Amino acid sequence: MKPTDIAAPDYFHKVVDCQWACPAHTPVPEYIRLIAQGRYGDAYMINWKSNVFPGILGRTCDRPCEPACRRGRVEENPVAICRLKRVAADFKDDIRQRLPKPGPKNGKRVALVGGGPASLTVARDLAPLGYHCTVFDADPEAGGMMRTQIPKFRLPNSVIDEETGYILNLGVEFKGGHRIDSMKALLAEKYDAIFVGSGAPRGRELELPGRTEAAANIHIGIEWLANVSFGHVDKIGKRVIVLGGGNTAMDCCRTARRLGGEKVTVVVRSGFDEMKASPWEKEDAIHEDIPILNYMVPVAFKHVAGKLIGVTFQHVKAEYDAKGRRNLVPSGDPDQTIPCDDVLVAVGQENAFPWIEQDCGIEFDKWHMPKVDPKTFVSTNPKVFFGGDAAFGPKNIIWAVAHGHDAALSIHKMLSGEDIDERPLPEVQVSSQKMGIHEWSYDNDISPDKRYKVPHRDKVVALKDIRAEVELGYDVKLALGEAHRCLNCDVQTVFSTSLCIECDACVDICPMDCITFTANGEETDLRQRLKAPSLHPDQDLYVSSDLKTGRVMVKDEDVCLHCGLCAERCPTGAWDMQKYYIEMTHAGSTCPTKSRSAA
Amino acid sequence: MTYIAKPKFHHPGLKKNALGYTHRDYEGKISTLCAGCGHDSITASIIEACYELSIEPHRVAKISGIGCSSKTPDYFLGNSHGFNSVHGRMPSVLTGANLANRDLIYLGVSGDGDSASIGFGQFAHSIRRGVNMTYIVENNGVYGLTKGQFSATADRGSKSKKGVTNTDNAIDLVAIALQLGATFVARSFSGDKSQLVPLIAAAIGHKGASFIDVISPCIAFNNHAGSTKSFDYVREHNDAVNRLDVLVGRDPIAVDYAPGTVQVVEQHDGSKIALRKIDADYDPHDRLGAQTFLARHAAKGQIVTGLLYVDPDADDLHEHLNTVETPLNALEADTLCPGSAVLDKINASLR
Repeated sequence: MKPTDIAAPDYFHKVVDCQWACPAHTPVPEYIRLIAQGRYGDAYMINWKSNVFPGILGRTCDRPCEPACRRGRVEENPVAICRLKRVAADFKDDIRQRLPKPGPKNGKRVALVGGGPASLTVARDLAPLGYHCTVFDADPEAGGMMRTQIPKFRLPNSVIDEETGYILNLGVEFKGGHRIDSMKALLAEKYDAIFVGSGAPRGRELELPGRTEAAANIHIGIEWLANVSFGHVDKIGKRVIVLGGGNTAMDCCRTARRLGGEKVTVVVRSGFDEMKASPWEKEDAIHEDIPILNYMVPVAFKHVAGKLIGVTFQHVKAEYDAKGRRNLVPSGDPDQTIPCDDVLVAVGQENAFPWIEQDCGIEFDKWHMPKVDPKTFVSTNPKVFFGGDAAFGPKNIIWAVAHGHDAALSIHKMLSGEDIDERPLPEVQVSSQKMGIHEWSYDNDISPDKRYKVPHRDKVVALKDIRAEVELGYDVKLALGEAHRCLNCDVQTVFSTSLCIECDACVDICPMDCITFTANGEETDLRQRLKAPSLHPDQDLYVSSDLKTGRVMVKDEDVCLHCGLCAERCPTGAWDMQKYYIEMTHAGSTCPTKSRSAA
Repeated sequence: MTYIAKPKFHHPGLKKNALGYTHRDYEGKISTLCAGCGHDSITASIIEACYELSIEPHRVAKISGIGCSSKTPDYFLGNSHGFNSVHGRMPSVLTGANLANRDLIYLGVSGDGDSASIGFGQFAHSIRRGVNMTYIVENNGVYGLTKGQFSATADRGSKSKKGVTNTDNAIDLVAIALQLGATFVARSFSGDKSQLVPLIAAAIGHKGASFIDVISPCIAFNNHAGSTKSFDYVREHNDAVNRLDVLVGRDPIAVDYAPGTVQVVEQHDGSKIALRKIDADYDPHDRLGAQTFLARHAAKGQIVTGLLYVDPDADDLHEHLNTVETPLNALEADTLCPGSAVLDKINASLR
């Protein structure tokens, strides 16, 4: 293999698995260290800069970082990254003085359609640069799906108010209760740029026999949740069936439990393990006495005299064809009717753009989705950008934030007369952590603790009040324990070939057998000859240039604990522990692009 | 020296030996030696050899004297018996322990100061008596604990870190061990685990006095230009006569070398050593030949490594003394004190 180019910005970024997996690339280990130091405000600001809604995401994020967390490959559970984010939000002091100020107006106007996370991120990035941002939303308050679809017992309004407030206070104009009905009309208002962050607002229908007859008791999940959120709905029948296996279904069933639903059942078509809902959301639903029945396909709504009395299901089983594709085929068991008073349909969401006229320069594909560049988020109309669920269909908040940053960057570049296809590199700060012969400026003593559970409100109390937050969050002590579980993967093991005397000290001390000195070879061959088996070929090998004996140093990054013992035991300082602080470049930052840095 | 404990986490794919242990289970406390010390590599090699042989840690007694080398038994086999004796007295403590309980595996760990200076006599007599043990000298050529004075194994003409030339002749412990009748004699280098690990494994399997001289660079005081025990010097002057693989019991390793270059030596415990010859003329069963070979190469400044001599049919001190098979601690009172009738009989035979 060729010697690893550690100067390539992605190499060490990939080693920080959580940050690499995060769509917004939040510098996770850095903020966890700050939490451990009790610097909650600083931890919050790192998050705020990167993911805009730390308090909201700390309660609701889909956490792509956690399955990626290295700790999950070393022991049973990853670090509770998401809930530590909430700790930063919960315990910070007043950070308002640290927020950017509205910049002097540059005379450019940007319209943002929808007041959800994508639009608010764009506004957050552009307002301090002097853009006049106008956010339009059909609802009276900002937040979009974060406010309407996520139940208050998971995300209190106070958190949404606070974090949307930080953005609106940057001089962003918010026009609530103002639905945009025509793109043409909006374009006619001569905004310099338009960003569409209107989400995936339409709940998917379930057209089965009885749907129209029993319509009064069949509700579309996200619409029903929005009605609950705004107080238009405050009760439901005693027996409720929720159809669907995503996070919306979990929110529906748990909300139903709080509005009078005594016997709430979730029914999913596929297997329990294949459900789209996050495992922890399923756990929370089951904890609230909600059974989840699987491999049951709804076939009809049963009704008598216009009143819903139950849902009939066909039992199915999974069969796999030669190509490994799964098919659900009838299992042969007789159909089953589950009696109920109400049904909540949460079988997916769809995008809907009835307000975008065909002749305004925005092309759509065969799935009726706008044609959007995945890097710049520009549509086929160079002044119109899309992001969040409106761009590529339903995902989650953190993706919307990531899209928002990229779209804001594109808008800023476009309006500055730059090529929007040329993207800036991330900003990387490298600093050695060495303070003494065996002293490091980070805590390298690995905590053996298991993942700490987040305390929950007592179930009886929680089920009585739909606004009582179920998760209470870590207290300071639990947060400290959990923060110590972080392996500091951003503190990188950096190897200097010229200093190595091949004494084997690092090989002998490494608790994870990551390091091998051997003859060079092709990657597949090298992976066979490592000191411990290579379990994850997607994890890189760090290969040095040739050493004095003709061998090379090979380090499998996979399960490195970043404990720094290799560097501590190295007599010549050939290993050093260096912190790589990697930050994405947002609109208005001056980090060079690849082509410029090459010049 | 490291302040934090080595994390207990280990690689999830680590292989287990016949006892279900990983090599991490053979570790001891974290080393307090200087970073990069050759001794730590020898520690790692002992761990690896014991892991590969699936040795039960409680079947091992590790015994040492004083010095950097003699600290190392604390860093391996944390679940074994150990004795840290007076300076240079490891061999007699080991001999005594071995006589009392012949069922344990005896690992004597010593250094060039401990064995070639203050304990030179002890070293000589334990070898001479054929105590069943593995005697490892971690040989760095300097007194590291007292800041790097030449030891008795420092080569004449080699230079100290401060530039002083050594004017005394060196003791070659391998040559002495051969002369004193050790039945397994080897030399290796801490920076070459692929050679050292099988040598230790083979020595543990050998019945009789096994002696391994391991050159182990002292990073702090003897790894400079002018030293003959530095990483660079040893790598440049290493003349390996053979390489070996240890084949244990039912799990033979397929030896895949050109025919004629592999020599298989069967040991008392049933294990086999496959010797890959590098020097075609070298015969590891010829004690006299080994001695002259060593002397000839030493004169040329070469460091001969590998398995230099082995007598697979050797016997040990217990056989010489015709001792009882049962360890003394397992003998019952009536065996140890057979009564006055037996005593009378013995007395009568002496009249």
